[in-house]
Amino acid sequence: MATALSLTNISVTFTGKSGGGGYTAIKDTTLNIADGEFVSIVGPTGCGKSTLLNIGAGLLKASSGEVKVFGEPLIGLNQQAGYMFQSESLMPWRSALANVTAGLQFRGVEATEAARQGEQWLERVGLNGFGNRYPHELSGGMRKRAALAQMLILDPKIMLMDEPFSALDIQTRQLMENELLQLWETDKKSVVFITHDLEEAISLSDRVIVLAAGPATHPIGEFAIDLPRPRDVAEIRMTPRFLELHAQIWHAMKEEVLKGYAQTKNKVVA
Amino acid sequence: MKKPPIWFWQIALLVMIFIIWHIATSPDLIPPIFFDNEYRAAFFFGEPAKIFNAIWVWFMSGEIYPHLWVTLQETLLAFAIGTLLGLAVGLWLGLTPLASAILDPYIKAMNAMPRVILAPIFMVWFGLGIWSKVALGVTLVFFIVFFNVYQGVKEVSPVVLNNARMLGANASQLLRYVYLPSATSWVFSSLHTSVGMAFVGAVVGEYLGSAKGVGYLIHQAEGAFDINTVFAGILVLTVFALLLDFVVTFAENKLLKWRPQQAETETT
Repeated sequence: MATALSLTNISVTFTGKSGGGGYTAIKDTTLNIADGEFVSIVGPTGCGKSTLLNIGAGLLKASSGEVKVFGEPLIGLNQQAGYMFQSESLMPWRSALANVTAGLQFRGVEATEAARQGEQWLERVGLNGFGNRYPHELSGGMRKRAALAQMLILDPKIMLMDEPFSALDIQTRQLMENELLQLWETDKKSVVFITHDLEEAISLSDRVIVLAAGPATHPIGEFAIDLPRPRDVAEIRMTPRFLELHAQIWHAMKEEVLKGYAQTKNKVVA
Repeated sequence: MKKPPIWFWQIALLVMIFIIWHIATSPDLIPPIFFDNEYRAAFFFGEPAKIFNAIWVWFMSGEIYPHLWVTLQETLLAFAIGTLLGLAVGLWLGLTPLASAILDPYIKAMNAMPRVILAPIFMVWFGLGIWSKVALGVTLVFFIVFFNVYQGVKEVSPVVLNNARMLGANASQLLRYVYLPSATSWVFSSLHTSVGMAFVGAVVGEYLGSAKGVGYLIHQAEGAFDINTVFAGILVLTVFALLLDFVVTFAENKLLKWRPQQAETETT
């Protein structure tokens, strides 16, 4: 299978503010995401998961290493990728419909055509009738749906998702996860899904990559998730194979999570 | 019994102020308390009855309208020009860190300077017509809008910005669809202050030298020690400013629909 996104020997060092050495967030990380593959990246809080995703999006330049998108070296922003952010990313001064069609507008698509596609996408994410609402008039879950439609309307080959559902309550979250899987099954895009929630990672993905605690994070484990599809994220959590995988990956993660916890704790004390 | 609404008390308070004012200044109602002459209080503080009479005469004879019109023109022009300049310069400096670093001390100096003293210079440059007042108003409005827009540009959510970039916005689209709407909301938050400042610029300019405008009327009356007409002018200006403020509130509610309100519930 073709490789959609490949990060080779990526290191990221942020320049220190008060002179001295910089902070190395990522060290010698190599990741390959196949075309149509759903990959989750899990790791303790603050380990540099988002930094890694920003490298893949082209929002951040790696200090060293190489990024390739469908075999081509990445220059500037990743045009093949859609990005879904953890925090609020909708433009608050635009209605839901105008937010969803923003990408088409930037590409010079004619307004009526953009609105037509926008309405279609609003319907597909369950927001029909809400096109005229402003983001503050929508619930957290609805805003995430709008953000999802905003990204998918451009039909990106790669979806980069940075803990997109972490701010939602557990029920809404499982609903959104199921909907994401359904949308993904219809035209398999490559997905890089960042999360700190191991259950979410396993229930969604084809493959789970575990990162070490920061600084200088790197992958410490990789697990193929051989659960059958289509999946229901709520039900699949009850199956023995899921629990088995969970135990396996948690075993690999545990030490890193404790390490990460100790670091943040020390920082607070110091 | 039903409690009277809040506006009842507001109007009652206003009526009371005028009654006390009338009693305290009228020569023959009560003996002088502070002054040694019963006509002194009226000389310094005017008499409400005469003030309202002066206002009545202004509006009935139509004498006031050209003056109000001139003041309104000056206010609106100062507001429009000051806002556009502030918006343009605020966007420019907000987006070019080098220029803003170089110009920083100059902007601070110009803002710290009491700009009303520029009025004589503007009079030399632009004459006694409306443009010297507009220029004064512009210098007052410009800085309010400029600082707000500058701050607004700096505080555009980086997530919204990155999201727009990932959706394919180029530099000019970012300016038009992200920075400008974001900055506009900041302009609106300063709208009340900047309309007020435009008004101050117009009236102070008229007061310092002009041939028309409400400020000119006040200046003329003051020259003749006609305190009643001075107060009449002040009252007219106050009502005028209140009306402007109403219009601003109305425009704000229309244009900033997307901003969350404090109370979202519907009441019947």
